Amino acid sequence: MPLIPVVLWTDALVFLLLAVTALFAVWAARHEHLRAPWRRVVRSRIGVATLVVLSAYAVVGLLDTVHFRLKLDRADESGEVRYAPEVLSLLDLALSGLRERQEKTYSAPFATHLHAKEALDQPDGTVIRDYPRLQHGGAHLADPERDRAWDIAWRSLIGLVQGLILWALLAAGLVWWLARRHGQPFDAVRNRILKGQTQIPWRTALGTLGLVLVLAFVIGELALKYHVLGTDKVGEDVLYQALKSIRTGLLIGTLTTLIMLPAAILLGIMAGYFRGWIDDLIQYLYTTLNSIPGVLLIAATILMLQVYMSNHADEFASLVERADLRLLFLCLILGVTSWTGLCRLLRGEALKLREIDYVQAAQALGVGHFTIIARHILPNVMHIVLITLVLDFSGLVLAEAVLSYVNIGVDPTMNSWGNMINSARLELARDPIVWWSLAAAFLFMFTLVLAANLFADVVRDAFDPRLRGV
Amino acid sequence: MTEPLLHVTGLTTELGDPTRPARVVDGLTLDIRPGETFALLGESGCGKSMTALSLMRLLPPSGRITAGSVQLGGTELLSLTEAEMRQVRGGRMAMIFQEPQTSLNPVLTVGTQIGEAVRLHQGETRQRLGAERAVELLRAVGIPDPEQRLNEYPHQLSGGMKQRVMIAMALAGDPRLLIADEPTTALDVTIQAQVLRLLKAVQSANGLAVLLITHDLGVVAETAERLAVMYAGQIVETAPVAEFFAQPLHPYSRHLLESLPDAGKRGRRLAVIPGRVPPLDTPFQGCRFVERCPAAIKRCRLEAPEWRAFSDERGVRCHLAELDAAGVSSRPVSDRTDSPTPEPLSPTSDPNSPPSDTPTETAQVPLLTMRGLQVHFPIHQGVLRRVVGHVRAVDGISLDLYAGRTLALVGESGCGKTTAGKGLLQLVPPTGGSVRYRGQELIGLSHRRLRPFRKDLQIVFQDPFASMNPRMLVGDILGEGLQALRLAPKRAERMRRVAELLELVGLDPESADRYPHEFSGGQRQRLCIARALAVEPRILVCDEPTSALDVSVQAQILNLLKDLQERLGLAYLFITHDLSVVSYLAHEVAVMYLGRVVEHGRVADVLDDPRHPYTRALLSAVPVVDPEQRRQIIRLEGDMPSPRHPPSGCHFHPRCPEAIEVCRHHYPVETRLGSTRRVCCHCVDVGVATQTNGDSKIRS
Repeated sequence: MPLIPVVLWTDALVFLLLAVTALFAVWAARHEHLRAPWRRVVRSRIGVATLVVLSAYAVVGLLDTVHFRLKLDRADESGEVRYAPEVLSLLDLALSGLRERQEKTYSAPFATHLHAKEALDQPDGTVIRDYPRLQHGGAHLADPERDRAWDIAWRSLIGLVQGLILWALLAAGLVWWLARRHGQPFDAVRNRILKGQTQIPWRTALGTLGLVLVLAFVIGELALKYHVLGTDKVGEDVLYQALKSIRTGLLIGTLTTLIMLPAAILLGIMAGYFRGWIDDLIQYLYTTLNSIPGVLLIAATILMLQVYMSNHADEFASLVERADLRLLFLCLILGVTSWTGLCRLLRGEALKLREIDYVQAAQALGVGHFTIIARHILPNVMHIVLITLVLDFSGLVLAEAVLSYVNIGVDPTMNSWGNMINSARLELARDPIVWWSLAAAFLFMFTLVLAANLFADVVRDAFDPRLRGV
Repeated sequence: MTEPLLHVTGLTTELGDPTRPARVVDGLTLDIRPGETFALLGESGCGKSMTALSLMRLLPPSGRITAGSVQLGGTELLSLTEAEMRQVRGGRMAMIFQEPQTSLNPVLTVGTQIGEAVRLHQGETRQRLGAERAVELLRAVGIPDPEQRLNEYPHQLSGGMKQRVMIAMALAGDPRLLIADEPTTALDVTIQAQVLRLLKAVQSANGLAVLLITHDLGVVAETAERLAVMYAGQIVETAPVAEFFAQPLHPYSRHLLESLPDAGKRGRRLAVIPGRVPPLDTPFQGCRFVERCPAAIKRCRLEAPEWRAFSDERGVRCHLAELDAAGVSSRPVSDRTDSPTPEPLSPTSDPNSPPSDTPTETAQVPLLTMRGLQVHFPIHQGVLRRVVGHVRAVDGISLDLYAGRTLALVGESGCGKTTAGKGLLQLVPPTGGSVRYRGQELIGLSHRRLRPFRKDLQIVFQDPFASMNPRMLVGDILGEGLQALRLAPKRAERMRRVAELLELVGLDPESADRYPHEFSGGQRQRLCIARALAVEPRILVCDEPTSALDVSVQAQILNLLKDLQERLGLAYLFITHDLSVVSYLAHEVAVMYLGRVVEHGRVADVLDDPRHPYTRALLSAVPVVDPEQRRQIIRLEGDMPSPRHPPSGCHFHPRCPEAIEVCRHHYPVETRLGSTRRVCCHCVDVGVATQTNGDSKIRS
């Protein structure tokens, strides 16, 4: 076997999350009351545009979630097959060029020379201090000053054309599929999409997809020869770091909710439905939790975990596993501190629902308590759960950045936007300023959070019964 | 004829998408003269509220007036600018709304809100003058102690008081026309009587014209001089009130009158109007009522009927009326229908001969006996949530339910009648008393031990929209009880039973695969009845099952309930505030006041010869269509006290016109009058003048 798969804890949870999402999708498709709001979501222009952007992020994140160890080229003396110690992901493989083309230290985006002066040995034996050429960035250029602009423009054009070709193929495939589904001629469907007359705004979706593809191909083409977003202190490509950070951000945003969801739903509904001492107990529980400063709790947990990990270093096969466990704990502790809001909302809703006539009718018919909760209350609070999930997502992504910045976030060896910002902050004082790490982290995070927020707005509008028909 | 104050011609209002508008008001023409009360009558969704909003130019953003003219005292309102219109609103034309609770701002005092209206329309900028005028207005609407009330907040006032404040605010601008949109629908009958009387008094004092929008035929009959009946956005008939009730011309009006329940129709089924109001965004070709009209002829489908005026005051929109236009006053028009025209409503049946459908109760063993049922809700206060008192929602009531018979529980809102019904079913845990079903005590049984009894005791709720889970299919809703009580554990069997049930309540068995929101209010109430019947109960508690429905739909449900009782021998506990329904459907009636039953007896006895002063007041406050049946209204002052602090002695004494000294100190013991009647009143006991003290049944 050329590789052995490695399933990290968070990977397993992501697969679980995917399974849950798929099950929910199947279930929702069969229930009109859930299908109708989602239909409203995909029929909104902002909805589909943000969905495309979020899917692009999700694809990168998922590629980065499939982990394995490659077989080493040569077997050792005993003839045993040996595997490389480092754990790689599909994304690492795809970006292996970026990963391996390391420079010595800082270099600016599209630079051909390092950001720092060095003593250079001249052919004539003299030594001068100057900016040395980069080993990889723009190394193919004979005269960087003259050729660089033309080279960049030319490569961008190639990337643009490649992107457009792929986009055209995908768009044609979509039109063909739609035409076949509706039994209409290809041209008619194309014209309707172009005029924006379809119920699902395909024009917007295709436009966004085109933008994403073109951007990806242009950057991909340029990244073959340049460091598009520069390099960091140890010469690592910043674009690579930013792309690797996507998984961290997405995991924090989704796994945290996955962890907190069962507790919030179960406790919230139980408190509202049963009232009495159960309500008191749950209320005291979340009031107490809420009064502990969240950052303090997170710091304490992470520090404890750090102590544990340094005392039991031999339990972790690789650095990646160590960092992964820390990420999982961060999700857990963020989950513990953030379930109270949803729990409180659900308690209020359950309080209202338990008095409503159909719940009383079910009680009069002798239906058991847990059946009532599962059949009558849970489906009727689902919209609140969904709205909270999408609204919380962006907040959690931002929280990760803040926590990593103050060093109680993810492991320093793990790529994350917070870590990027943290390592870049000292360099802001340098002259000339090193701005690209910060800018890259900001750009990637901003796009994700903006898309998530816009999407959350659309979802809320679609699911909130009070906004219906406005 | 005097010059009309309000002159509306061809008013047309559209709502929603301009490509497919819902024409909610279509070519409406009416005149209102100074000083008269003009009623606009119609069922929900017929466009009466939209008419009012169009007149005020207060339409929702998606609405627009597309044609017509509205002249108020010679001024064309539709061509005024918005700024000028603001002067008219509340100035020459004021409006009061249905919900007094939501029409007042809860964070401002009453005085501030009235003062604002006064300042806007009188131009009195100084605070003092505004306050003086506010006191004057509050006094005019009969609020006691107005200086005090000015500094109170809306939540400190009762519903009737709030509606009075709303009227005071409407009067602030000294309007010529008052539009009252269902002003008393949210109020109890005794409060409704107060408010209607107040409106009348205000009207005659100020020479106001009132446009009264309502669905209640009784209110129209008692307050208005002329009326217009609206159906699907159009006026289908206008008439002076007396003539209308004597002889309605349009088939829709006739059916409305016939579908009103009352004692005279006891033995019969009520007339129903099949179907529902058509959606207003469909283009109409023929008459809008044709689908529901039993008298429809071919012409009705093809050609929309023209407005036909018989005189200045009388007109109708119907082809059939045109046919016998000559004989409007001589001959009834309803010969084509097989349902009889409303016969002159004689005072309910002869008190000496008991109604034929009343068997002798003594022979029967009650199915369920309730003795001294109490439901007290503790009031918690403070950090430690100590119990500081109790809300005595139900405070010791005793009832018997017999198979095949209906006991009506009557009372105003807040008297505890719904809680009593839920206490019977153990949906609210009772705090005292006993409920025995076939000799077995139900109170105190655990959730599991109660389960065998769930099958026999069922409930139908008031609001058909809230009583079904919107996320479930109708089939699953109806089958829920069968599944929970393991009467039909297999799905196929359950679905077969559901199909039977749907047929039983007159719905298509295909409905099982649809969601509740696809049904109209009346259909939903049928579904709720079917759900309750699924487990084949012996006792059905009906908690105001028709009060959220229109009159014609109410008739369908009442017919259904009556049929089911005859076929299945059900016992009903019918909780309601509507006395006309009681007289139509019930065998016995218990009148509740503040958690206790004050009078109990056979329907004919209680309604014809009420002994408790509260029952008398309640009966007299009900608006009646027939002027000959109208009683002298007994004024009840104030509102029902809070069940948290019931008055000492007889709970009713602060409002009772006949209260004597002993009423203040001792709650009256129950007096039995004959074998079936019980009254809780000192006056009955000591034989103080009641209208009928010659009755031999009184034991002295």
